[in-house]
Amino acid sequence: MNLRDYFVFLMVMAGVTYLLRAVPFVLLKGKIKSRFWRSFLAYVPYTVLAAMTVPAIFYSTDSMLSGILALAAAIIASLRGFGLVGVAVVACCTVLCIDGLWPMLF
Amino acid sequence: MTFSKGVKDGLPIGLGYFAVSFSFGIAGSKFFSWYLVTLISMTNLTSAGQFAGLQIMADAAGTFIEMAIATFFINLRYSLMAISLSQKVAPNFGTFKRLLLATGITDEIYALAVSQKSPVTARYFAGLMVLPYIGWSSGTMAGAICGEILPAVVTNALGVALYGMFVAIVVPQMKASRSTLVAVVIAIACSFAFKFVPALSHVTVGFAIIICALVASLLGAAFFPLKDAPEQQKGEA
Repeated sequence: MNLRDYFVFLMVMAGVTYLLRAVPFVLLKGKIKSRFWRSFLAYVPYTVLAAMTVPAIFYSTDSMLSGILALAAAIIASLRGFGLVGVAVVACCTVLCIDGLWPMLF
Repeated sequence: MTFSKGVKDGLPIGLGYFAVSFSFGIAGSKFFSWYLVTLISMTNLTSAGQFAGLQIMADAAGTFIEMAIATFFINLRYSLMAISLSQKVAPNFGTFKRLLLATGITDEIYALAVSQKSPVTARYFAGLMVLPYIGWSSGTMAGAICGEILPAVVTNALGVALYGMFVAIVVPQMKASRSTLVAVVIAIACSFAFKFVPALSHVTVGFAIIICALVASLLGAAFFPLKDAPEQQKGEA
């Protein structure tokens, strides 16, 4: 790809992403009164992240087994009070063990 | 809600981003030199959108229109988050500050900001952005420069770092509030449907995420409306 095309692609991608964030953020100045919509917005972060994680995590590694176990390990670590990085490390180590060591043993 | 508290709170996100963007750097270095890959991360600050964008750029048949449409649908969730965050910010978080800091609305920074008990000030949000931005950019650069030295086993394992961070944000809230637990289970069930029901499998990933989140959050709001304003939800839960 030539440099000109790269920069047009970059500008399209960055521009669309920025506008999606900035336009609603700037336009909504008042508080939403409706209890229904306030509840809806309170649920959004968690439902978005959940839908992004499952089932995508099962297909993000070399084997489905390591993906499933990584999710299970992450949930257990999180329930035990591990923070953002701790849980991520546990998930990565699980995949490392399953996909890295398993083939060596069998 | 000071700048320095924001920087401190942003540290775990920054570390997590370093690991995730490292894998983006590796993927990008197959097509571009390291500084061009890093520039993508510095101007976008988005995970799924960048991975999809890279695929379109790498595809000889990829067009600018395709890039615009794919980016729009994959990142449309940021608009939902921006609306949600606008309900949570302090009164003096004005238009200019919003234009300047809007780039910081990512899945994790947003989730951390709205889970604060007090209103989010511009100083705090700016502080919260600093380390994730540095982590995301420098991780991409490190991945693009030295990623090929690492064995495939390691890069494969780094691929779940992003999902690990998602779990760490969602699970504590599910444990604390039964209604969030139900909403999350609905979102996951819906997400499975998009993956396995043949009639739905043509829907793009970005669109599927938005539909799942909308359905689950709407049902949650209809059946379990919150007793208090969202800012008090954490205390109530």
